[in-house]
Amino acid sequence: MAVGLTLIFGVMRVINFAHGDMMVWGMYIALLLSRRAGLDPYVGFVISAVALFALGLAVQRGLVQRIVDAPHEMQILLMLGVALVLENAALMAFGPEPERVRSPLAASTIWLGPVFVDVGRLVTFGVAVLLTLLLWLFLFRTDLGRAIRAAADNPYGALVIGTDVRRVYATAFGIGAACVGAAGALVSPLLPFQPATGLSLSITSFNIVIIGGMGSLLGAFIGGLLVSVAESLGAVFLAPSLKELVSFSLLILILLFRPAGLFGKRAP
Amino acid sequence: MSAQLRLDAVEAGYGDLVAVRDVSLEVRAGEVVALIGSNGAGKTTTLRAITGLLPVRRGRVEFEGERLDGLGPAQVVARGIAHVPEARQLFPTMTVRENLELGAARRARRRRSDALDLVFTLFPRLRERQAQLAGTLSGGEQQMCAIGRGLMAAPKLLLLDEPSLGLAPVTVKLIFENLRAINARGTTVLLVEQNVARALELSHRGYVIENGRIALAGTRAELAQSGHVRQAYLGL
Repeated sequence: MAVGLTLIFGVMRVINFAHGDMMVWGMYIALLLSRRAGLDPYVGFVISAVALFALGLAVQRGLVQRIVDAPHEMQILLMLGVALVLENAALMAFGPEPERVRSPLAASTIWLGPVFVDVGRLVTFGVAVLLTLLLWLFLFRTDLGRAIRAAADNPYGALVIGTDVRRVYATAFGIGAACVGAAGALVSPLLPFQPATGLSLSITSFNIVIIGGMGSLLGAFIGGLLVSVAESLGAVFLAPSLKELVSFSLLILILLFRPAGLFGKRAP
Repeated sequence: MSAQLRLDAVEAGYGDLVAVRDVSLEVRAGEVVALIGSNGAGKTTTLRAITGLLPVRRGRVEFEGERLDGLGPAQVVARGIAHVPEARQLFPTMTVRENLELGAARRARRRRSDALDLVFTLFPRLRERQAQLAGTLSGGEQQMCAIGRGLMAAPKLLLLDEPSLGLAPVTVKLIFENLRAINARGTTVLLVEQNVARALELSHRGYVIENGRIALAGTRAELAQSGHVRQAYLGL
C-alpha cells in the first residue's frame, strides 16, 4: 500500500489522504466478492485492484487535476474531503460493524524450517513482492512507465518534449490506487476492518513512506518491512497495544537522523 | 519560397505581464534563423508561444501553412517541432539513454534506434555516457543531451533556447559545429542566443527583439554591419 502512495506522491507531489479509505474500499470489495461470488480474496484482489484503478482515475480526472499546481494545504483539504466521502459511503453501504473476510488459506499454517507461519501472511507477502517487482518493471521498462518517471523528475521538461502530462498523472494516480486496492484485498483475511479503519491505515502508510523516503519505491518497500517488524517486536516485548509506539518512535528517530528518509532524495 | 514557420503579430505573456507584444517573423525550410536580444526582451517567451507552452493571446502562429496557436505542446511536437529549452530541462535521475529515448516517445521503436545512432554519431560523448544519470553530466554534456533529446523526435524545425549559456568557449564551439551539421542534414533551426557573434556566424538571417517587439531584421551580413547591432550587442 505504501508503494501506491509513493507513486502518487512521487509523480504529482500531491499527498493522498484518502489512501487508507481507498484501501478500506479494496477490503470491502474483497468481502463482497467472497460473500456473493465465493471468490477467495487471494484471487479477488485482482478485481479490487481494477475497481480501485477506476476509482483513482475518476478522482484524479474529476478533482485532483484541478489542484495539482495548488499549494499543499489546498491539496490536503481536498484529499481529506475525498477521504471523508469514501469513509461515510462505506459506512452507508456496509454499516459500522468490524468485518473479516474468510479464506481457507488464512486459516492454515505450515512449518517453514523451525518457524511456524500463516499461509495467508506468506501469500500476502509473496504477492506484495511480486506486485512491487511488476511495478518496478513497468516504471523502468515501458514507455508509459518511463514517461511517469520523467514527469516526476521534471514536469516542465516532460511538457517540453510533448508528453501528455495529464494522461501520465491520471495513469500514475490510477496505478497508485490499484496498488492500494490490491493491498486492501490481500490483508482483508488477516485484519478485521470497518469504515473507520481508513484513517489509521493512512497514518501507517505515511509513517512507512516517510521512513522509507518520500517518492522512493524501494524506500516504501523497505519502510513497510521495517515498520511491520518493529510493530511485531513491539507487540511481543512490550504489549500488543503499544506496538504503534515502536513504529512511531522509529519515525521520530529517522526524522532526527535522516530527515529525507532512508532512501529519500534530499531537498534541492 | 514560402515560410515553414510564420509568426504574425503574436502577443504572449504571464498573467498581467505582456512579455511579447507584437512579434512577426518567418523561418523558411532549411534556414538557420537567429533571434537575438538582451535579457527580458521576449526571446524565450516567443519560443514558448510557438510550442504551445504559453497561450498566444493575439496574432497567429503558422507551421507549414497550418495554425499552431491554440494547440498544446504534445500536438506541436507531433507536427515536427522540437524545443530545446533554456536550462536544458533534462530528467536528472534518469540515464542519458532514457532521456534521449523519451524524446522519441511518440515514434516507433525501430525509428528510435536509427535516431539514437544519429545522435550518437553527432555527439560521441553521449554514447560513452549513455548509462550515466543525466544529472551527473557536465554542463556541456547536458546541453548535448538536451539537443540530442530534441533530435530524437526527428523534427523538421528545431528551436534552441540559449544553447551556449554557461558553457566554456571550447564547448560552445563544439555545440555550434554540431548545430551546423544538424542544419546541413535538412533540419531548420530557430536559435535564440545572447552570444550574438556566435549566433550570427551560424545563421542565414536574424531578428533583433527589443521590449517584446522585433526591432530589426535582416540577413547575417546586414545585421553584422548594422550600427545598432554592433554597438548594442557586439560591443564594437
